[in-house]
Amino acid sequence: MMRPIIEMKNVVKSFGHFKALHGVDLQVKEGEIVVVIGPSGSGKSTLIRCINQLEEHNGGEIIVDGAEVGHGRKSTVLTEVGMVFQSFNLFPHMSVLRNVALGPVRVRGLSWAEAEERAQRLLTRVGLADQAAKYPAQLSGGQQQRVGIARALAMEPKVLLFDEPTSALDPEMVGEVLDVMQQLAKTGVTMVVVTHEMGFARKVADRVVFMDGGRIVEEGPPDEIFNTPRDPRLRSFLQAVLSH
Amino acid sequence: MATNVEALSIMSIFDTFLNWKVFVQTLPLLLSGLTTTLTLGVTAIILGFIGGLVLALLRLYASSPLRQIAVAYIDIFRSIPILVLLVVIYYALPFVGLRLSSFGAAASALSLVSAAYSAEIFRAGIEAVPKGQFEAARALGLSPWRLMSDVVLPQALRIVIPPITSNSINVMKDTALASVVAMPDLLKQATQAQALAANPTPLISAAVIYILILMPLVRLVGVFEKRLAVRGR
Repeated sequence: MMRPIIEMKNVVKSFGHFKALHGVDLQVKEGEIVVVIGPSGSGKSTLIRCINQLEEHNGGEIIVDGAEVGHGRKSTVLTEVGMVFQSFNLFPHMSVLRNVALGPVRVRGLSWAEAEERAQRLLTRVGLADQAAKYPAQLSGGQQQRVGIARALAMEPKVLLFDEPTSALDPEMVGEVLDVMQQLAKTGVTMVVVTHEMGFARKVADRVVFMDGGRIVEEGPPDEIFNTPRDPRLRSFLQAVLSH
Repeated sequence: MATNVEALSIMSIFDTFLNWKVFVQTLPLLLSGLTTTLTLGVTAIILGFIGGLVLALLRLYASSPLRQIAVAYIDIFRSIPILVLLVVIYYALPFVGLRLSSFGAAASALSLVSAAYSAEIFRAGIEAVPKGQFEAARALGLSPWRLMSDVVLPQALRIVIPPITSNSINVMKDTALASVVAMPDLLKQATQAQALAANPTPLISAAVIYILILMPLVRLVGVFEKRLAVRGR
């Protein structure tokens, strides 16, 4: 029995009067691939942004790798959580290699030489070995997002969060990013992926979580979610996204 | 007859305002004044830059009392005329036992005001860095200090190059105010030389020297702005 690496208990998050999360419970086991789906504004991005505290939750508990996070706690456990953003958020004033090497140097205490060697290895893994010296603006969106994945991996995190990693990409570049993510899923790293790519969810997820209105409405193995959805909101959501 | 009068008046304009002999005689004095002006200007620009950066960071990220102090400082020193501040520092502070040299007084007044203006420029620059950059740095686990020094400030500084250069030009021009506290800067030396030679040529020379020093900087701002516009960010 693998232990949970993320535990969310009755997590509440509001922005002013708007309640984005209404008491969410979620457990993610080590090595598990969880894909979160749901309509826009359903709270799925807020959910994963709370896990690494880009948003601080207002109520409930979030425990990452055994340590509670949030509410002013200074915890090093969050360096075990990597994040890949919808808009890549690469550092535009640094070379691709530097982008990937920065975290290991500043947070893990590696030397630049060690970190750049690691960065080069990871860039090779995402198929960008020959782009290391370039600047982010010189790369295509798909390439930039693969650098984003390499940057997150360079910290050797226990958990990787993906916040709609392909939503800002031109259609022809979605595949190259999903391929890298699929490769990653086989390495045993824990992944929580917010996405609209139902094909990816079906193929790669161990568990699919469907959110609506700031609540987890239904969760289960992809087969169950996609073939025998129970909740009417999930059924109409799937109808809407799969019909075309 | 009329043309003779005209010729005479043109001659006298040259003799009065562009007198070569007076120019050559007073040039050494003007150049020593220029050295003082440049030293004062560069000192105030550097101190104002550092002070402005600190103030901007306090205003954006410090907790309540410190932040309020930074806000008050910025508002006050942007409202007070430099000349008034200079006179207060030079003529009033000695009454409370703080006696500054004319250079010290001028450098303080210019730096204090420049820091307030620079602070607002830096704040705008930092706020212009996309939110995603802060988030990516935090997600990597960078400390707040590293987030600033590695990620945000390098981008913010690039954004503020044109306005900071503009501000530096203003500081350079405002050094002329120091002549009222008897600092031997370019303007003071020019008025001195004008009195000695009984001829305004040194003033014209000083004006030309100011323009020669500052116009390249003015052009530079234009170049920076164009370059930023081309990069489209």
